[in-house]
Amino acid sequence: MPSDRQKKIRNFSIIAHIDHGKSTLADRLIEYTGLISQREMQNQVLDNMDLERERGITIKLQTIRLIYKAKDGEEYYLNLIDTPGHVDFTYEVSRSLAACEGAVLIVDAAQGIEAQTLANVYLALEQDLELIPVINKIDLPSARPEEIKTEIEDIIGLDASEAPLISAKEGLNIEDVLESIVKNVPSPQGDIDAPLKALIFDSYYDSYKGVVAYIRVLEGQMKKGMKIKMMATNKEFEVVEVGAFSPGQIPLDSLSAGDVGYVAASIKDVRNCRVGDTITDASNPTPEPLPGYRKVNSMVYCGVYPAEGEKYEDIRDALEKLQVNDAALVFEPESSAALGFGFRCGFLGLLHMEIIQERLEREFNLDIITTAPSVIYRVTKTDEEVLMIQNPANMPDPQEIRIMEEPIVKTVIMIPNDYVGAAMELCQDRRGDMKNMEYIDENRVNLHYEMPLNEVIFDFFDALKSKTKGYGSLDYEFIGYREAKLVKLDILINSEQVDALSFIVHESKAYSRGKSMCDKLKDEIPRHQFPIPIQAAIGNKIIARETIRALRKDVLSKCYGGDISRKKKLLEKQKEGKKRMRQVGNVEVPQKAFMSVLKLDN
Amino acid sequence: MNSIALYIHIPFCEKKCFYCDFNSYSGKKYLIEDYIKALKKEITLYKSSLAEYTVGTIFFGGGTPSILSGKQMSEIMNILNKSFIVEDNAEISMESNPGTLDYNNLKQYYDNGINRLSIGLQACQNHLLKTLGRIHDFEEYTKNIKDARKVGFTNINTDLMFSLPSQSKKDWKESLRKMVDLNIPHISAYSLIVEEDTPFHNWVEDKKVILPNEDTEINMYHYAIRYLKEKGYKHYEISNFSKPGFECKHNLIYWENKPYIGFGAGAHSYFNKKRFNNVEEVEKYISLLKNDKLPVENKIDILVKDEISEFMFLGLRLINGISIDEFKERFNISPFEIYKEQFNKLKEQGLVVWDKHYIKLTSKGIDFSNIVFQEMLL
Repeated sequence: MPSDRQKKIRNFSIIAHIDHGKSTLADRLIEYTGLISQREMQNQVLDNMDLERERGITIKLQTIRLIYKAKDGEEYYLNLIDTPGHVDFTYEVSRSLAACEGAVLIVDAAQGIEAQTLANVYLALEQDLELIPVINKIDLPSARPEEIKTEIEDIIGLDASEAPLISAKEGLNIEDVLESIVKNVPSPQGDIDAPLKALIFDSYYDSYKGVVAYIRVLEGQMKKGMKIKMMATNKEFEVVEVGAFSPGQIPLDSLSAGDVGYVAASIKDVRNCRVGDTITDASNPTPEPLPGYRKVNSMVYCGVYPAEGEKYEDIRDALEKLQVNDAALVFEPESSAALGFGFRCGFLGLLHMEIIQERLEREFNLDIITTAPSVIYRVTKTDEEVLMIQNPANMPDPQEIRIMEEPIVKTVIMIPNDYVGAAMELCQDRRGDMKNMEYIDENRVNLHYEMPLNEVIFDFFDALKSKTKGYGSLDYEFIGYREAKLVKLDILINSEQVDALSFIVHESKAYSRGKSMCDKLKDEIPRHQFPIPIQAAIGNKIIARETIRALRKDVLSKCYGGDISRKKKLLEKQKEGKKRMRQVGNVEVPQKAFMSVLKLDN
Repeated sequence: MNSIALYIHIPFCEKKCFYCDFNSYSGKKYLIEDYIKALKKEITLYKSSLAEYTVGTIFFGGGTPSILSGKQMSEIMNILNKSFIVEDNAEISMESNPGTLDYNNLKQYYDNGINRLSIGLQACQNHLLKTLGRIHDFEEYTKNIKDARKVGFTNINTDLMFSLPSQSKKDWKESLRKMVDLNIPHISAYSLIVEEDTPFHNWVEDKKVILPNEDTEINMYHYAIRYLKEKGYKHYEISNFSKPGFECKHNLIYWENKPYIGFGAGAHSYFNKKRFNNVEEVEKYISLLKNDKLPVENKIDILVKDEISEFMFLGLRLINGISIDEFKERFNISPFEIYKEQFNKLKEQGLVVWDKHYIKLTSKGIDFSNIVFQEMLL
């Protein structure tokens, strides 16, 4: 039974398909409960990384405590744990859900249920969460709340008769959501006198406090000054600070069973505070740790190299710091003939990869070069040895390969009727194998395809969006390996093979991919004093070629009345620019060239 | 006694050209009188520092020095002659623009000691002059040349530009031919560089103005080298051509990395192994000198490695190249010891050659001089 204190606590998340208004609703809840005045409110408080605001997506989890005086006259503490909304971040969603008792499920009043709505619902149900359906954007002319209610009941099997009808954007009926949370989300349980058991659901590195862990206390108490133990590593620390998010961190004396908050314990080494671990009392440990998180495997790999060789160690530090709150990121050292020393990094998907790259650049001020993303291929050699290849450079010679297999994902694509043709054409083009097609209602269709993952990671989502005028939604899940005719495509710049540009591709696509690579490189590599052939090859066979014309001149303007310093600065700037290029034979290749080939429009 | 060069900046123009990002201003002519007072003050402040030097060249640059009246010019020349030991055969140049020249002021300039006249013509086609924002036409220029010769000028330069918007190869050839026909003994030929913060830059960005492509530009340049050589000019610096004996001595000082003092707003100096410049803003320059303060800023020490770099990237602009002996004498080391790797690479690329006495750019090296100069930075 919850204690009187616990009866006043509600721990909840908001889940939704991307763009259905999750961050906007979070903002309204914060605003309504009076934490921040409307004037001070920067749009979407919780998306506090610049990157998140720019892209309109949530990447890092954010947590906040709202104090709400309900209609019953009581004051409640509502801990809102924000969740990311992209298919790549299923993992992060599952982490935050494990810290909650309930979830607000937002459905767009015009668009209805989408692929990720369902995916998130399943995640929430796995955690036994109470779901509170909310229908948003009822201010839209195309809103059809009654139909959506039926849809929720039919497809999810959730009673939506009392679902609040709101407009987060207009601030309409926000109180209904708060009331529903108080009424329907169960209070946390857990014995305050039992040994401490707290779940780390997120963390980040602070240069003053060390690792700051976001925790949900399930049993017992976390007090300032106590000795705690990380159950996975058996490392012990003394608690320096505990507190709640309000927003910002508000230090408290303790956190008790049912509370959500943060803890800092002078943890210097990020590896001692892994997300998913259980924290307990060092002097009175709990016998059993909490069941761990769903283990997530990296699906996409790429090489990350410093633009300047000497920054190698800085990249390692940065990756370690990012890893502390992003357990889905993995990395190990590797080296490339063209790029020197760097790291092979594994990601959940392409978006996750882009985000890590951008965070390395923005938060750590690093200049990096990344290589083309790759999935993990399974190669069985003629001598029956089995290799898992996530770097094309490690592919054995074709004659040593007996079987090549690639990862396959089960995809669910939800689209309006009108776009079925376009979506099917796209899936066909991406080597998809149609398994099923089902009508959700008279307007919408679910397409079930099995598709090679390496087709999905290359801009599939973008292509789907553009072919369906933004209506298409996608979810995917790894199902296993399947044999395929795959080849390794090499790129030669001025007859020198560039290892960092090699990639593995299906035989049927080698030609078009090779050609577009050559085209792109032709635009990205500056002209030299000599013509530079750019070739794509499979083994010894050249399948595409472009030539960069020779440069005719490279001269600077005159010096103005003896202003030698200005001239010298110009020369130095140019020289500096060259330093940051990579030498491939006698060709200088700018970093951008390595990156631009990641996005090929074909 | 050592010789030094003097530069005097006159930052005023009737109208600023569309491509110009020099330190020059139109609409500030009311400041000229105060400016000359300040210049005179500045010159006298250097009297003692330059007591041990003789002045070999003086160069009035702008802006438009010919915006000054003959009387104003004579005031400046007087103070220069009073303050310093000007050599008897010193080269004393002034830049000028057609539209500000006439028989009278030319005569006064000449009578006050100016013995080299540089005229900014840029092109011989009136439609191109209009595009550039010039205030004169070609006919005015030919009249100026006639008058200049009448008053006594023989050492005359004309600035031309190529790679101008809507300039055809035919236009360029015609401009060069007209110079030859007029027997102009010195020609500077620069390609238009579109500098940021100029109207031209915006027009190019907005595609209102289309520049000739790179092939056209380099062909124009190669044509000038060929044609002028044929007509008896010496190509002595990347952008400069002269009849024998008409090289610009003042500019040679820069390229040979020798000392000079710049007077006036924004003028640059290289003196006692230091580079420094004056404040650019005219008003500020005037007020500092009113208060007997030197208007100097950005003073930087030139360390040996800087000096070597500068010696190389300036000296290699000269078609004869740099003298190995002079290098050794100046730095007590062979250039090949310092630039071994660089020279080998550049030679392999066909950009640089050398013999016993000189290191110089090849014809290809001239086209890619920037690549060579960058390698010279230490």
